[in-house]
Amino acid sequence: MSSLYLDFIRIRFLTMLAYRVNYYSGILVYTLNIGVYYFTWQAIYGGKEQLAGFTAAQMTTYVAVSWMARAFYFNNLDREIATEIRDGTIAIQFIRPYNYLLVKMMQGFGEGIFRFTMFMIPGMIIAVLLFPVQLPTSPVSWIGFLVMLFFSFLINSQINILIGLMAFFIENNDGLMRMKRVVVDLFSGLLIPISFFPGWLTGIMNFLPFQAITYLPGSVFTGRVQGTGILEVLGIQVIWFLILLVPIYFTWRAARVRLFVQGG
Amino acid sequence: MQAIEVQDLRKTFRIQQSRGGLKGALQDLFAREYHEVAAVNDISFTIPQGEICGYIGENGAGKSTTIKMLTGILVPTSGHIQVNGYVPYQEREKFVQGIGVVFGQRSQLWWDIGVIESFQLLRKVYQVSEADYKKRLDELVERLQLQELLSRPVRKLSLGQRMRCELVAALLHNPSIVFLDEPTIGLDIVVKSEIREFLKDLNRTQGTTILLTTHDLQDIEALCSRVIMLDAGSIIYDGGLNELKTRWGRGRELRFQFGGAVKAEQLNGWTMGLPVTWTQESDLVATALVPADMAVSDVFSRILSQAEVTDVQISETSTDEIVRQIYSSGSAEKPEVKLHV
Repeated sequence: MSSLYLDFIRIRFLTMLAYRVNYYSGILVYTLNIGVYYFTWQAIYGGKEQLAGFTAAQMTTYVAVSWMARAFYFNNLDREIATEIRDGTIAIQFIRPYNYLLVKMMQGFGEGIFRFTMFMIPGMIIAVLLFPVQLPTSPVSWIGFLVMLFFSFLINSQINILIGLMAFFIENNDGLMRMKRVVVDLFSGLLIPISFFPGWLTGIMNFLPFQAITYLPGSVFTGRVQGTGILEVLGIQVIWFLILLVPIYFTWRAARVRLFVQGG
Repeated sequence: MQAIEVQDLRKTFRIQQSRGGLKGALQDLFAREYHEVAAVNDISFTIPQGEICGYIGENGAGKSTTIKMLTGILVPTSGHIQVNGYVPYQEREKFVQGIGVVFGQRSQLWWDIGVIESFQLLRKVYQVSEADYKKRLDELVERLQLQELLSRPVRKLSLGQRMRCELVAALLHNPSIVFLDEPTIGLDIVVKSEIREFLKDLNRTQGTTILLTTHDLQDIEALCSRVIMLDAGSIIYDGGLNELKTRWGRGRELRFQFGGAVKAEQLNGWTMGLPVTWTQESDLVATALVPADMAVSDVFSRILSQAEVTDVQISETSTDEIVRQIYSSGSAEKPEVKLHV
């Protein structure tokens, strides 16, 4: 059975590979984004040594690694699921003896592997060449970051699955998906690191899963969190991964009863 | 054992009712009005193993909804279903292992990969052993002549080619019950008859139970010994196709082409005293409906002695005609036969 799920990873990876040219422009866009934020932050720092616990050099590294991490963990599982629900192809998924959500997760991971190898790594190399990015020197930071990056993918995909499943309950969840994208980009710390938020908002962020997507792994990569601190932030990710399984389970169960196949 | 047992099965959907006008739209924003629609309304039937049963009805009669409940996709509102010994929606993953489903309007192959890769993935999905898979695939490929299609990506197949592949996809795991939801929709006559032959073979050699919905009554005539007819969510006929024909067949139609103009009164006058109904297409063409228990020659002798006839066609009421009549009357009870115009 597990070889089945591996096949879904493999097939999605190969499918993505066939369309790889589409992603070359993506590398350019992400590099451009890093550039825009790099120069913006340069201006904000204006020679100041440190802001909200970030040195200017750390900020450059943070911006680069955050965008390139997004290049990896980003996927359209929410849109895929919503489309399958809306056009009724979900019916096909129900006549197969497998777990639909697990299959989706595997497809997302197949896409993730593609994005990691063909998008994130080349993008990161370009970013390192263009901007003064400081790569971690300790192997522990590297390992910690890579493990956390994987959890970023898991948590982001869980949120996507949850939003996608909402299409069972509301006819059009386009607005919800767009809102999610903005919320994830902002509250995960991609656009502005969470330590820059006003105190009360930082407090709220500590109780939401979004910081686990970008801010925490970014903090490890920039070296702001080191040693046993890495285990702590990794723990937060693991906890969020487990917590998010609960709403997914209940949403899926409720959806089964509600399912209404569109188009006869 | 019965392959399919259905009792008092019902499925209702809640449909949002939009109110008209700006005022209505504003009201809808705050308090939505819903009304319940019963797509399937307390139906009961059983299908024994090895039967091919046709499931017909107008668009929106509830055919697809029934199929979706039988295959475990939809959860019924009330009633009992047992298919292959399972309650479909309860042990879904185990249950679907034993059934095959083809939706004529939806593909179950993976669009981006080759046909053979789709089949291999399905082998893993259904956990078919390598040896069984190879044997089964060879048989099916041979039977449906797919050899040269196997390496093509699914998106490059024509509809007829795809549908044959869909059949293979639904049968690779050797299911004992197969559900076909409009399997011949949009296909040309050659492919249609190929698929019919194939299904007949499958039923005969493997004893596969087949339930199919269709709008093409030739599918039914070619395949089914039994028909279940659905209208507005209720079963209006359940029985043999021949029985339906004799019960509803209205006899024969004689279409006359006359040498000169005739009037309706003349026609009725000529067949005075006979249970014949006339419909006139034009001054020169008229059709007489002759009941099954009456000799056609009686009508002929009367007409030929009275009028100049250039051409005659005799036809029996087709199944299409019968079903059209039942659909439009919404009941399979035999109508009163009108004797005169």
